[in-house]
Amino acid sequence: MLKRFAITAAAALSLSGAALASGGESAVHDVAFSFEGPFGAYDQFQLQRGLQVYTEVCSACHGLRYVPIRTLSDEGGPGLPEDQVRAYAANFDIFDSELDDTRPRTPADHFPGSSLSNAPDLSMMAKARAGFHGPYGLGINQFFQGIGGPEYIVSLLTGYTGEEVEMAGSTFYENKAFPGGLIAMAPPLSDGQVEFADGHDNSVHHMAEDVAAFLMWAAEPKMMARKQAGFIAVLFLSVLTVLLYLTNKKLWAPHKGKKTA
Amino acid sequence: MSGIPHDHYEPKSGFERWLHSRLPIVGLAYDTLMIPTPKNLNWMWIWGIVLAFCLGLQIVTGIVLVMHYTPHVDLAFASVEHIMRDVNGGHMLRYLHANGASLFFFAVYLHIFRGLYYGSYKAPREVTWVVGMVIYLLMMGTAFMGYVLPWGQMSFWGATVITGLFGAIPFIGESIQTWLLGGPAVDNATLNRFFSLHYLLPFVIAALVAVHIWAFHTTGNNNPTGVEVRRTSKADAEKDTLPFWPYFVIKDLFALALVLLVFFAIVGFMPNYLGHPDNYIEANPLATPAHIVPEWYFLPFYAILRAFTGDVWVVMFAGWISGGIIDAKFFGVIAMFGAIVAMALAPWLDTSSVRSGRFRPMFKWWFALLCVDFVVLMWAGAMPAEPPYSTISLIGATYWFAYFFVILPVLGVIEKPLPAPATIEEDFNNHYGSKAHPAE
Repeated sequence: MLKRFAITAAAALSLSGAALASGGESAVHDVAFSFEGPFGAYDQFQLQRGLQVYTEVCSACHGLRYVPIRTLSDEGGPGLPEDQVRAYAANFDIFDSELDDTRPRTPADHFPGSSLSNAPDLSMMAKARAGFHGPYGLGINQFFQGIGGPEYIVSLLTGYTGEEVEMAGSTFYENKAFPGGLIAMAPPLSDGQVEFADGHDNSVHHMAEDVAAFLMWAAEPKMMARKQAGFIAVLFLSVLTVLLYLTNKKLWAPHKGKKTA
Repeated sequence: MSGIPHDHYEPKSGFERWLHSRLPIVGLAYDTLMIPTPKNLNWMWIWGIVLAFCLGLQIVTGIVLVMHYTPHVDLAFASVEHIMRDVNGGHMLRYLHANGASLFFFAVYLHIFRGLYYGSYKAPREVTWVVGMVIYLLMMGTAFMGYVLPWGQMSFWGATVITGLFGAIPFIGESIQTWLLGGPAVDNATLNRFFSLHYLLPFVIAALVAVHIWAFHTTGNNNPTGVEVRRTSKADAEKDTLPFWPYFVIKDLFALALVLLVFFAIVGFMPNYLGHPDNYIEANPLATPAHIVPEWYFLPFYAILRAFTGDVWVVMFAGWISGGIIDAKFFGVIAMFGAIVAMALAPWLDTSSVRSGRFRPMFKWWFALLCVDFVVLMWAGAMPAEPPYSTISLIGATYWFAYFFVILPVLGVIEKPLPAPATIEEDFNNHYGSKAHPAE
């Protein structure tokens, strides 16, 4: 009986993924990020490299307006020392209505927003895109590979074919990962563009992975705390389930014929 | 229908007698908790407790979320991110609340289909069933309005599409739509009234849950055999039943712990699996998402809504006979709500003299097909509205209506039911007698 119940639950659960159907198949490849799976954790140094790529390249046009700068020193994130975070924040000015003037940002302020009007804000980009779908709208790929936001970012940054198309006075760049195939953003990364202090590989692919990891952290800064809470809850409920199972068995035993003897 | 004979609360001490003669609240709690419950209830009878837990979880997490949320089109999206980033434990609260809605519907569908299989809707439990259907409708309204509150792209466009359905009603539709939205389009007024109603409706649901429980405590629980508890004497009734406390409380708590184990694994490890990525983009009235898809729990009825296009003959016939008043869009709306009304009418559409599907050899197969149909409709609802999905939706929707309006009435006449056990005690002893294996 219990088995039947478990099968029913599992079957219904796998079906509920059907909600995540739709969307064309694009050339998004799986990346083995360190933060995947129930025990996956952010790689602090990868996040720091990603922050550097973001600051030197992406932030020229894009913003992170929902991300407080102070969280750069949070545990489970890039983990920068607080004095570095203060120095980093001071690089960006903000208009303060109380002073009626601009002043350097402090860690309590957020990152600046996008400076280019048609460049989307990147705060939640790693959760706002789905890299994986299906098959047939069944949500199975998302279940095993994740929704694929960071993978989509990597594939987009490395998906340029080099072709350019002129349309209505604007230049569009062919990109294998972008829906529709033509993107207004010029290829942002080139090999060796960002010099990492730790001498880490700075090919386009590595920089793309680093910045995608950083954007995943920006979108989901509490991932580590969440997984930890989930793990404790699962552990606690496992024990509770076993105890209640035994209690239930003992409670019903006198009413269930000889099998309890 | 008299209640099942059982012991009632007897106030013993002086204070108990004093209180009981003024407010018999302890007696009410005692009689509610000690209700004689058929001892052969199987594991499909646990979803009621899961649902009660869900309602509590949603209300508690929701009340705390409201402390940090701002219902304004310019601030709502940012306030949700504030909850996710700055509020202590806010990310857990929000993920519990969002996934709690999924658990709520997962449990309610199993609860409803359990009722459909074991004939729990049949006399004398029609009122329990209809109240349950009203609760289910309110749940859908609450969930829909709650999904609008984060003010993401799917929030905004989902609200636009669903309120647009009311605009399909002939003559008065546009006025109703404007009245619902508080203006010509989804905007700040819409967000505010949805917020207000999203806070109100759970308490209406809670009151109806009390009525739901009151109703089946009056008739007694159904059970897998559909055979009634013997009411001839207290001794007979006690052969068929055990008190709810502690037997079913502990059993249900065990099941709840197991369900929550899976639930917390989803919340902890994949909280966005059941959501839609587009809702992490702030609402933009100028940019329509490529696919507007409702949450998974609405998909079967969304598929029925979209199934009836203008080239289906019933739609053309309805248009012709009504002189063009009923167009394809309005027909779809009628079909969607009709699909839920059909369920609510089940007590009067089912003509069989036997209550439980266990003793109905033909019914079993049609019911299994209905379950498959529900799942197929859920899948088709998530796919684009184009062939072959539109055809599949149409077949699925047709079967849904055929099941309730043709198969249920006809089966009762032509089907020859199997013999049911005379008593619940007999069923229980057959299952757990001396020959039974410790398989539980």
